[in-house]
Amino acid sequence: MSNPQQLRYSKEHEWLSPAEDGVATVGITEFAANALGDVVYADLPEVGTTVAAGETCGELESTKSVSDLYSPVSGEVTEVNEDVVNDPSLVNSAPFEGGWLFKVRVTEEPADLLSADEYAAETAG
Amino acid sequence: MSSSAPRPLRHTALDAVHRALGATMTDFAGWDMPLRYGSERDEHLAVRTRAGLFDLSHMGEITVTGPQAAALLNHALVGNIASVGVGRARYTMICREDGGILDDLIVYRLAEAEYMVVANASNAQVVLDALTERAAGFDAEVRDDRDNYALIAVQGPESPGILASLTDADLDGLKYYAGLPGTVAGVPALIARTGYTGEDGFELFVAPADAEKLWQALTDAGADAGLVPCGLSCRDTLRLEAGMPLYGHELTTGLTPFDAGLGRVVKFDKEGDFVGREALLAAAERAASQPPRVLVGLVAEGRRVPRAGYPVVAGGEVIGEVTSGAPSPTLGKPIAMAYVDAVHAAPGTPGVGVDIRGRHEPYEVVALPFYKRQK
Repeated sequence: MSNPQQLRYSKEHEWLSPAEDGVATVGITEFAANALGDVVYADLPEVGTTVAAGETCGELESTKSVSDLYSPVSGEVTEVNEDVVNDPSLVNSAPFEGGWLFKVRVTEEPADLLSADEYAAETAG
Repeated sequence: MSSSAPRPLRHTALDAVHRALGATMTDFAGWDMPLRYGSERDEHLAVRTRAGLFDLSHMGEITVTGPQAAALLNHALVGNIASVGVGRARYTMICREDGGILDDLIVYRLAEAEYMVVANASNAQVVLDALTERAAGFDAEVRDDRDNYALIAVQGPESPGILASLTDADLDGLKYYAGLPGTVAGVPALIARTGYTGEDGFELFVAPADAEKLWQALTDAGADAGLVPCGLSCRDTLRLEAGMPLYGHELTTGLTPFDAGLGRVVKFDKEGDFVGREALLAAAERAASQPPRVLVGLVAEGRRVPRAGYPVVAGGEVIGEVTSGAPSPTLGKPIAMAYVDAVHAAPGTPGVGVDIRGRHEPYEVVALPFYKRQK
């Protein structure tokens, strides 16, 4: 699997897009989606709520388990992906594209987010 | 698992095949088993509509032979094993003296004086030890055959046609819960019409050295019919939809068969005494007069998935506990099995919910199973 070069990654397996007008998109990586198995329910943060980098902001349920969703950045949620709410399997089929989870107006970005290559090394083996 | 030191995982004879297929593997009762090959939902639906291929070599085979093999099993297990005809199989249980369930089993009568007991992987040693101990005084031999069998299951509506293309065995004459020795794809096999999916299907017990050859032959023969390899994840959702209990979830040493709603497997009228008889008589009476908790089905009104151990609630009180829960691919909603207080157990009982990590989600009480195939 390949991790898009233009994204940055958290060790909790979220990705973050470059901000446009201060708003960045968040999703989970293909590695995480494969580890979860079929995602059947996405509990995403509500628009207008504040999320904090490294803290839980929702849940993803798969057949076998439920996993916390961590925000890779701090800021205010401006949009959630209703397509994923209606069809959580998008997280599996297109984790870096149609399966994005929410958008956030970034107030603070941790310094330790990983590049695509660093994340690939982190998840190798 | 209570073992303190981690032991190396055991690998089935099909391990290389699973890896070549890119399976996601999981530790199941000390075995490194395929959890899924691709989407577990697709695997589940393949078994419901076409066919699926499973490696179940972790299951524990124990052979019981000798003039008093039937008498021993009648004494050691709760069912009437002596009444099982040659070539037939029986679902049964082994209990402790206090009536607690040690394991649920399928017993195949292979010959007049030869049975094969198939135990759950997690309990195989316990069952082997109990049978060995209970064999004292009987003219019968209990043999650990776990390493002598690989087990491959082909399950789903297309499975009879797929298997028929590889064997001369009389599959039409092979009824549900029957088994006969035969040859499949040139490989000697015990062909059993059993399964744990709620579909028609077969379980093939073969020598480990023949497992890869048989797996490949079934894969090729099933390609046109849409057969896919299936992991333990979909096996769990298939059995859950079919309302089949899983040891460690619906069945434990803390429960008798009567507590689990499976009192019918206990045969008090069989010849001779059996381990647990006295306690089970009391359990039967208790279940009839003042049942403790009752095993029910729950269907979600929302989309949040109940998991084993979650409390079942009504009117702010805990009235039970989820034993198994998963998103049901067939129903398209989360389902669960749960033990609930008898007063809340009737289908349609209003106001029942599951506490899902602090949130009470509404659930409908339904009769089991959730799914029954059309015959």
